[in-house]
Amino acid sequence: MTDALTGPWSPWISGILIGLMVPALYLVVGRRFGISSSLRHIGAMCAPSAKSEYIRLHNWRAHQWNLVLVVGVIVGAFVAAQFITSDPLPILPDEANSVGGVLRLGFGGALVGFGTRYAGGCTSGHTISGISNLNLPSVVATAAFFAGGLIATWGLSFLIFSGS
Amino acid sequence: MQILEKSPFPGPKMQPWQYGAAFSFGVIFGITLYKSEVIRWERINAMFRFEELHMYIIIAVAIAVGIPSMWLIKRLEMKTVTGEEVPIKDPPFQRGVIYGGLTFGVGWAITAACPGPIYAQIGSGELAAIATLVGAVGGMFMYAILQRRLPH
Repeated sequence: MTDALTGPWSPWISGILIGLMVPALYLVVGRRFGISSSLRHIGAMCAPSAKSEYIRLHNWRAHQWNLVLVVGVIVGAFVAAQFITSDPLPILPDEANSVGGVLRLGFGGALVGFGTRYAGGCTSGHTISGISNLNLPSVVATAAFFAGGLIATWGLSFLIFSGS
Repeated sequence: MQILEKSPFPGPKMQPWQYGAAFSFGVIFGITLYKSEVIRWERINAMFRFEELHMYIIIAVAIAVGIPSMWLIKRLEMKTVTGEEVPIKDPPFQRGVIYGGLTFGVGWAITAACPGPIYAQIGSGELAAIATLVGAVGGMFMYAILQRRLPH
């Protein structure tokens, strides 16, 4: 039992837990499960007088719950890494911890931030919540996410860490 | 267009204890992202290389749990615990779903992080992921600046 908890979790159990986030948040918190909107809340919190109306007119206080959720994710991952893992595995390749690696992550992160806000959601908001609601645009978004990942991995491999 | 301009109130007014619930669900989600290895670069790379089923099983099972849950909620016209309407609020179709989706996919393959995992990577002690978060907030600002000129 201890090994089942401290070793890597089965994808089946993990998928069930992630899927249950959708009804749990809807019913208990009264909110829709999604993470990428937190980027906008952070932007509006840090730059209240930004020129862009997308930021300036955004009432991040009305979305504070989402930032609370995000803090929970950080704490949860910390707890998992520190206390319920017998044999921690590397998260990012070694190359990530270099000047070039950090620049690459910053560039990739910019694509993530731009892309998820342009698409109106990410893997949680579109792929998990949206498809759970049978929202057709979310199916299209998910196909686009995968297409983008495949294009980068197979066609733009100079962008991708070599994995050492 | 107006859906992009407004930032509508995300749902019924929340009770203070519901913030605690949101935090707890975040903790469970963070633990799950770490223990399922969804936040590991190798797992994301193996998914895009079709080398293992791990990520596909997680995503498929999550959806397979989410669809009947939401079907039940709608079918039984369930209310939230505070007795309010469940705020479904799905994002609508616009061209950004495709263009933005493709852009995000490229970033996902580079960083091994969709927005949830960015936070989980940082929490797990992978401090290089702070660069991913800084980039992501920067990318969000780029979208904010370009928004009016982008096709939607």
